[in-house]
Amino acid sequence: MAGAGGGNDIQWCFSQVKGAVDDDVAEADIISTVEFNHSGELLATGDKGGRVVIFQQEQENKIQSHSRGEYNVYSTFQSHEPEFDYLKSLEIEEKINKIRWLPQKNAAQFLLSTNDKTIKLWKISERDKRPEGYNLKEEDGRYRDPTTVTTLRVPVCRPMDLMVEASPRRIFANAHTYHINSISINSDYETYLSADDLRINLWHLEITDRSFNIVDIKPANMEELTEVITAAEFHPNSCNTFVYSSSKGTIRLCDMRASALCDRHSKLFEEPEDPSNRSFFSEIISSISDVKFSHSGRYMMTRDYLSVKIWDLNMENRPVETYQVHEYLRSKLCSLYENDCIFDKFECCWNGSDSVVMTGSYNNFFRMFDRNTKRDITLEASRENNKPRTVLKPRKVCASGKRKKDEISVDSLDFNKKILHTAWHPKENIIAVATTNNLYIFQDKVN
Amino acid sequence: MSQKQEEENPAEETGEEKQEKEGILPERAEEAKLKAKYPSLGQKPGGSDFLMKRLQKGQKYFDSGDYNMAKAKMKNKQLPSAGPDKNLVTGDHIPTPQDLPQRKSSLVTSKLAGGQVE
Repeated sequence: MAGAGGGNDIQWCFSQVKGAVDDDVAEADIISTVEFNHSGELLATGDKGGRVVIFQQEQENKIQSHSRGEYNVYSTFQSHEPEFDYLKSLEIEEKINKIRWLPQKNAAQFLLSTNDKTIKLWKISERDKRPEGYNLKEEDGRYRDPTTVTTLRVPVCRPMDLMVEASPRRIFANAHTYHINSISINSDYETYLSADDLRINLWHLEITDRSFNIVDIKPANMEELTEVITAAEFHPNSCNTFVYSSSKGTIRLCDMRASALCDRHSKLFEEPEDPSNRSFFSEIISSISDVKFSHSGRYMMTRDYLSVKIWDLNMENRPVETYQVHEYLRSKLCSLYENDCIFDKFECCWNGSDSVVMTGSYNNFFRMFDRNTKRDITLEASRENNKPRTVLKPRKVCASGKRKKDEISVDSLDFNKKILHTAWHPKENIIAVATTNNLYIFQDKVN
Repeated sequence: MSQKQEEENPAEETGEEKQEKEGILPERAEEAKLKAKYPSLGQKPGGSDFLMKRLQKGQKYFDSGDYNMAKAKMKNKQLPSAGPDKNLVTGDHIPTPQDLPQRKSSLVTSKLAGGQVE
């Protein structure tokens, strides 16, 4: 697996930015998920308006080896529409919470996209030929009078301009009472799981009218509710294993071979907390917003409000590595609670070789941690660094005291500019970073 | 670890020494700030109320009629107002398909895909 060594030996350069320039952001344009497909050739985004946009990487120009291919729009479609739950009188948002690609089996591409309640399997296929020369139809589709037909001909397939069509092949609905936060495709490529706040269901990709409930943490008495499920993922290689994280900072690993209902975990990953350090905010900031297995399957990464933790699946009592994302926010927790930022759900991702991890922060900053060199870097997604192949300048936040030149003080950070969603190409050093309504693509410097 | 606790406890118990607290735990200082602003804040932050709110996110409407009215209001806001000449059609004569203003598409392409700004 390619993917160069240290995250800081890499020089990250601006490549592209997608989306409108204007500051007045329509709610529908807020990007809610970003995901590369298994080859990295396709990059999908979902937004609050229920739309999916897929970008395709250009075939590399062998002559011009300045940079890798650019990503251009390949297909766009309306995946989900707003709905109304008549029973509860609640609106069901069309916002796309997650997109997951299926590995490619034939000419078409398949992806799963989900909003709060319904998961859909979309087929994206190309059409570059069409039949011409019908006997009973004119070229524009109007029907001919059969009595005027004097000779017969065989229609032939002629090339046409490439058309990319997206069609919904399966709709998996009515299985979640609470809001779906995760979907994850099993390594068997036949089943997948969907997780909401209290339950996890197992589906077969071919079957829409049934799903198995594999985790249920709903207490008999809702007054006793103490934690919710925040994320879930299947192990990349073991088709019987999955994990789910909670709002209390724990991760449970479950083995589907053990029993039909996996309420009893096989492993419980939890870092013990020093009780003298406990505060009102402790539980809130320990809530895990994302969990991702490494490509190797040996490790998993969790993201809580202030840090990223790497866990060895063989060690449950503490993470093997902890990286501080923005520790300077610890002295701002009061105002972050008041403006709700403390509840922001940041995602995290691995590079192709599992040597570097990345996550977002505020002020359109994002951070990378090199697990080998232990060095980290803060970069900014901004239109100011717009020229292709411009190397991004590392950023630094000044927590307190004298602010050096080029540093930015904590109080100047824009908490409305959050990078919640990032994705790393599975094989190359290409990353997709989503600001509120723009998608940035960065690459490492070639040559 | 228990030894450390014993040393720290006396300092924490005296509520006066906030300065010291700040040095030890910025989180505790923040907590004190919050409690000062909202004294009625529940003892158990991760408790039921907070989680219940999380489970029921989304705007609640009185009924489906209320919901559809709200949606219609939003759509009307987004539609550009028709020009004065188009208005002449109303009530003047029976309109033909050519007279009617073109229906604005209800689905707008994402700006990421180069969709039009409204």
